[in-house]
Amino acid sequence: MKPDELLFAKTHEWVHVTSEGGAKVATIGVSAFALEALTDLVYIELPKVGRAVKAGEAFGEIESVKAVSDLYSPVEGEVIAAHDSLLDTLEKLSADPYGEGWLAKIKLTSEHSLKDLMDFKAYQKQCAEEGH
Amino acid sequence: MVDFAGWSMPVQYSSIVAEHTATRTGVGIFDISHMGRLRFDGPAAADFLDHLVTRSVKDQTPGQIRYALVTNDQGGILDDVLVYHMQDAAGGSYWLLVVNASNREKIVDWILPRLVSAADVRFTDATTDWAMLAVQGPKALDLVQPLVEADLAAMKYYTGAETRVGGERGIAGHGGIVSRTGYTGEDGCELIVGAAAAVSIWQTLVRGGAVPAGLGCRDTLRLEAAMPLYGHELSEAIDPFAAGLDFAVDLEGRSFPGHAALVRAKADAARPKRVGLELAGPRLPREGFGVFAGERQIGRTTSGTFSPTLEKPIAMAYVEREFAAPGTQVAIDIRGRQEPATVVKLPFYRRGRKGNAP
Repeated sequence: MKPDELLFAKTHEWVHVTSEGGAKVATIGVSAFALEALTDLVYIELPKVGRAVKAGEAFGEIESVKAVSDLYSPVEGEVIAAHDSLLDTLEKLSADPYGEGWLAKIKLTSEHSLKDLMDFKAYQKQCAEEGH
Repeated sequence: MVDFAGWSMPVQYSSIVAEHTATRTGVGIFDISHMGRLRFDGPAAADFLDHLVTRSVKDQTPGQIRYALVTNDQGGILDDVLVYHMQDAAGGSYWLLVVNASNREKIVDWILPRLVSAADVRFTDATTDWAMLAVQGPKALDLVQPLVEADLAAMKYYTGAETRVGGERGIAGHGGIVSRTGYTGEDGCELIVGAAAAVSIWQTLVRGGAVPAGLGCRDTLRLEAAMPLYGHELSEAIDPFAAGLDFAVDLEGRSFPGHAALVRAKADAARPKRVGLELAGPRLPREGFGVFAGERQIGRTTSGTFSPTLEKPIAMAYVEREFAAPGTQVAIDIRGRQEPATVVKLPFYRRGRKGNAP
């Protein structure tokens, strides 16, 4: 996927929403900007399938040599898939953050929180400001 | 970039692991100008310093450098320092104290009132007049040698010399000091040069193959080498014996602040001990995490990271003595979850002898 097809949370997760059999499903990942800032990844913890999450709720963690950071669900719904094999292939995350580096799929129970997400242009602006 | 004791410094130029590996296998270059450089001149300088630090320095011959501690009256560590006994071109003798950036003001404030009664000592805080570069790694000396007059291979570890540090293409160099010292556990040297000359020397060394290395890998390198860091393994609440720095304390026939307290501390068999910990899992221990034996907390981590050389998480911690033996199984509380860890002998990493270097 291309980043300009995605929505972004302030906390650097990306979201891609598709329709699957009448339900809206969000694929979640972490932005290239955040991965570059972390560098040298050593660990990721993803939410368990079946877990109900609210938007803004911490649902995992990502750790590099430099720092550890919580992962926040950008949407409200139920986790229907977690990309657990990433833990053994963390290099995929940095190499293809918007594709092979996806973290989880969440079946939306509300589309309310999508309103709080940014498009890529607005997200880039936030990153440029954080970079200073 | 981060603020470090008032200095703006890079955590990493490219990646902590890449810079770490470059220093272990080739050459890394560190801008360590933030370190405080305090100069003492005059006939009483040696005697003054001998009454300031935990280690005898009076018998240091010109060129010798020693690791020592400055302690307060309670024997707590105010700073860990390097004491340089230097000789200038005219044969005159002077001394340098290289102190931590975070402690520079505290140490200057500690020194100034003591100078009042020391007539024959001239003190200068030369920190901002000079820049300081560390060039570290198995290929460091070969890279630096063409730039300095001093014969680096002939210099012993923990010695230093005034030397001219060359610019490019044989342009007459600048006055400076080169020392066989460092904070990485690797062979190498440190250069003290005039602030105005530092950029061109840095650029020359980087063009020659030195990899710019930031604060992040400075921390992972020193941690693997089990070198203590002030504010982590060392503080005013920790005495040198708990820190395992017995070698840096000479008690016999000497007087310095904290001497009496350290005589008592040395006899205290119950003090905690600094140990190394290795973890089996992937999550990283960091500063201030509890160390547990079953339900009971028996210590606390002071530093932790991923060791790029061992490819596993490591930490240093202070633990109760009965849990300090290598092989002891403990757990570290990493954000609410107990992760198994094993007490190991320090250092985590010791470089091969010169003949074994690649």
